[in-house]
Amino acid sequence: MQVAVSCSGLRKSYGDVVAVDGLDLEVCTGECFGLLGPNGAGKTTTIEILEGLLEPDAGDVEVLGMRWGTDDRAIRQRLGVQLQETQLAERLTVEETLRIFRSFFDRGRSVDQVLRIVELEEKRSAWVSRLSGGQQQRLAVACALVSEPHLLFLDEPTTGLDPQSRRQLWSLVLDFKAAGGTVLLTTHYMEEAERLCDRVAIVDHGQVIALGTPDELIAKLGAEHVVEIAFQPDDPEVDDWLRRVDGVENVRRERRGILLTVREVHRTVPALLAGLRDRSVELSRLTTHHATLEDVFVSLTGRHLRDE
Amino acid sequence: MSRPLHPLWELTRARVLEFIREPEAIFWVFIFPVLLALGLGIAFRNRPAESLRIAVQDGPGAAALAASLDTFPDLRALLLPADQANNDLRSGKLTLVVVPGDSLTYVFDPTRDEGQLARRVVDDAIQRAAGRLDPRTAGERHLTEPGSRYIDFLIPGLLGLNLMGSGMWGIGFNIVQARRKKLLKRLLATPMRKSHFLLSYGLSRLIFMILELAALVGFGWLAFDVRVHGSVLDLLVVSMVGAMSFAGLGLLTASRARTIEGVSGIMNFVMLPMWIFSGVFFSYARFPDPLQPFIQALPLTPLLDALRSVMTDGAPLSANLGRLALAAAWGVVSFGAALKIFRWN
Repeated sequence: MQVAVSCSGLRKSYGDVVAVDGLDLEVCTGECFGLLGPNGAGKTTTIEILEGLLEPDAGDVEVLGMRWGTDDRAIRQRLGVQLQETQLAERLTVEETLRIFRSFFDRGRSVDQVLRIVELEEKRSAWVSRLSGGQQQRLAVACALVSEPHLLFLDEPTTGLDPQSRRQLWSLVLDFKAAGGTVLLTTHYMEEAERLCDRVAIVDHGQVIALGTPDELIAKLGAEHVVEIAFQPDDPEVDDWLRRVDGVENVRRERRGILLTVREVHRTVPALLAGLRDRSVELSRLTTHHATLEDVFVSLTGRHLRDE
Repeated sequence: MSRPLHPLWELTRARVLEFIREPEAIFWVFIFPVLLALGLGIAFRNRPAESLRIAVQDGPGAAALAASLDTFPDLRALLLPADQANNDLRSGKLTLVVVPGDSLTYVFDPTRDEGQLARRVVDDAIQRAAGRLDPRTAGERHLTEPGSRYIDFLIPGLLGLNLMGSGMWGIGFNIVQARRKKLLKRLLATPMRKSHFLLSYGLSRLIFMILELAALVGFGWLAFDVRVHGSVLDLLVVSMVGAMSFAGLGLLTASRARTIEGVSGIMNFVMLPMWIFSGVFFSYARFPDPLQPFIQALPLTPLLDALRSVMTDGAPLSANLGRLALAAAWGVVSFGAALKIFRWN
């Protein structure tokens, strides 16, 4: 197994704020690797250090077997990069924008090919300012794909996009990976990480707090389902009883209700309902879902990926 | 579709396209200087000198004196009571008041050129009317031919001003905007050569310089019969050096700023001395000697001198090598410094 990107002991501070605090990563060739974490976790700082745009205060970085500072141009020839919040020149057309990016690389795809890949052929002559958010983001990815890169860095590629645009972007990433490319992406959408990533590193306060495939991480919860309930009248002492209900692994209180991590929904829920009836409380809510990376993050940090 | 070409060409092409798609920029670079030339050309057009407005203060013999002064073509003389005469003098409606008596008194503001002039003209008129004879005769010959008028001085001045302004604003705003939108950072993530990026601004300026030159010189010629007395090619070379010089300076001033407000402040600070001292609207010879070395060192000063030397005096390039070298040196040094300290993030 070949390593495409690796870093160890990565540190970066801005004044008193420690953005990255001793972070180690290893991304294998051909995999899609996700950095999942809330805003301010240090994901962007990490990916920009790996892209050679920021210099770390400490730590070691290797990209495609080369190092920043000595092989910069050679690395950049083989990288595709999409940055968070880049706005391309508004008064240039899609085609003109791609022509510029293509001209920087020794080899790569033709502008026509890239337009076809990102499905922007019809917008070829439209000004960048006239594109929708999803189209602009696809153009940003097109600028990254124009060099036919081995390695693609995507920093929150779907933040702010509508569901349809998000799915379009996901299929671009999956196609790239299917063709043998390596992807490193950051996201704070757990669904995105689950759909795209072979492996995920959960990042919080500039450190990796969990690493594995999405399934492995969810399995570490010890139970695969989450049951969410709310009832009246509420009583904090009920928690102890809930913990003893058949199949409940964990109980956690949140603003909107109580979350139970359970192994088997069909065994736990009837027992739960019977118990609540005995206590004569009125159930106002009952939902169940498969445990997600969000639940993993919450169980590790007690916080959500996104502030609600 | 054609293959993308050399990055320097693609970047320059993008600069040009971005610029011509911005109507505001077109106005400031092409239309504004022409309007300025038109306005100033009309305001300072050559015309017969206006007669000077003076008054004779009411008193013995005043009416006769006023009437006799009023017959002189250079003078417009009124008879006024003392308060009104003094009031009108203070408010600038009159340039001089004559107080009659055994010995005449001239009341005027000696710091105003017009006051000094009126004093001489009035005194002359009164002495001649009183019988003074001039021992020598003298004729006059008036300069009115093209080349010596204010508009002939102004057009090369505006040309230089425009080369400075559009170089600085055009480049500065574009770069700071790209920095704010993180476009510079995105470009840094490609193998693009930084020097190509910065040079593309200089090259696009060359293209627009030719159009600016054509607009202003063409307008001056059509509207005011301002001719290029030297070779047009020489004028083009001088303008090219000027455009490159200010492209370098524009890059340097925009090399660190993060906001449009920030870069505007720096640009105004850099350009203001040149607006005032370099001789756009009037000759820098009016400033005191101790300031001259500073004025001569500003990049716009030698550029304007060279433009006027070629346009008005018809001098060859060889007479302007020193000036061109100074302007070019500003461009080269600024470009090098910009490349070094440029903020991409």
